[in-house]
Amino acid sequence: MTTRIVELRRGILKKNDELAAGLRASYAAAGVLVLNLVSSPGTGKTAFLEWTLRELKARGARVAALVGDLETDNDARRLAASGAPVRQINTHGICHLDAEMIARHLDGWEGVALGGLDYLFIENVGNLVCPSSYDLGEKIRVALLSVTEGEDKPLKYPTLFNSADAAVITKIDIAEACSFDRALALKNINEIRPGIRIFETSAKTGAGMEEWLRYLEAERAK
Amino acid sequence: MHELSIVTSIVETVTESLNAYPGARVLEVRLRVGALASVIPESLEFCYGIASEGTPLEGSRLVVNLLPVVVHCAACGQDAELEGVQSFRCPRCGEPCSEMRQGRELEIDSIEIEDGEEKS
Repeated sequence: MTTRIVELRRGILKKNDELAAGLRASYAAAGVLVLNLVSSPGTGKTAFLEWTLRELKARGARVAALVGDLETDNDARRLAASGAPVRQINTHGICHLDAEMIARHLDGWEGVALGGLDYLFIENVGNLVCPSSYDLGEKIRVALLSVTEGEDKPLKYPTLFNSADAAVITKIDIAEACSFDRALALKNINEIRPGIRIFETSAKTGAGMEEWLRYLEAERAK
Repeated sequence: MHELSIVTSIVETVTESLNAYPGARVLEVRLRVGALASVIPESLEFCYGIASEGTPLEGSRLVVNLLPVVVHCAACGQDAELEGVQSFRCPRCGEPCSEMRQGRELEIDSIEIEDGEEKS
């Protein structure tokens, strides 16, 4: 018997990464800005997205959303009230979306073609750990954090915050009631991802949303 | 907890690579895992035992080589290794560093196999 070492040097998520690279190329070719929204369950991703879809639509933009959850189409139904096309992805127990799920749900999405969109939002499964490993081909990864979650969330989940392109603080309308330490939260986000764009928002009052929309429009124009 | 999906992917990749070595048995699988890869080595090892059952990898060792985060400091013009993942600042000058050079790896580095056909 002989033993030998075989060098493989292969990315474990290579299949996902290759699929994501293909998706990224097709988004770019279609001229659609794709965002991947990641947060804990209960941060307010859906409310934030409802507001974003409604406002972008009112400004004449062509928007659509894919929304991931373990079960139910509750979020898709909420988002569809904006009038934008929305498709639910049920992962049935899987804790993250992957590129294959995105490709499969983009295929055969009735009435929706990438070429006919300005923005596509992907609302990931509520989870701050696993989605950070899976590239969906998005241009902008958004990490969301609500004022109720504690200012040290970025320190506890550095992988996600370090891989994000933008950070959104939600529910700032109740910041005072939660004794939210704004300066500390901003400092912690910057420790993990120096220089990241941070938006302080409320989907209830609309605070900070104008700045967020301007950012989206500028990113799309790039 | 996506360690099971990761381990399943490891088993598939290694099994595929064995096509070039018919009858070979895997003794060891060596991984390179960055400190920011968000996987827990203990969970990987636990799942590995389950996922490798009934495959040519059954009974093999999983060796996880953890890699620290390395950033590039624009102020110093040099790469620097971070001690942890709680602050992305240059350990020399204290400036924030947004450019990563290492830390997100999730790779199969190599495997050690026992040849099935070359018997002595």
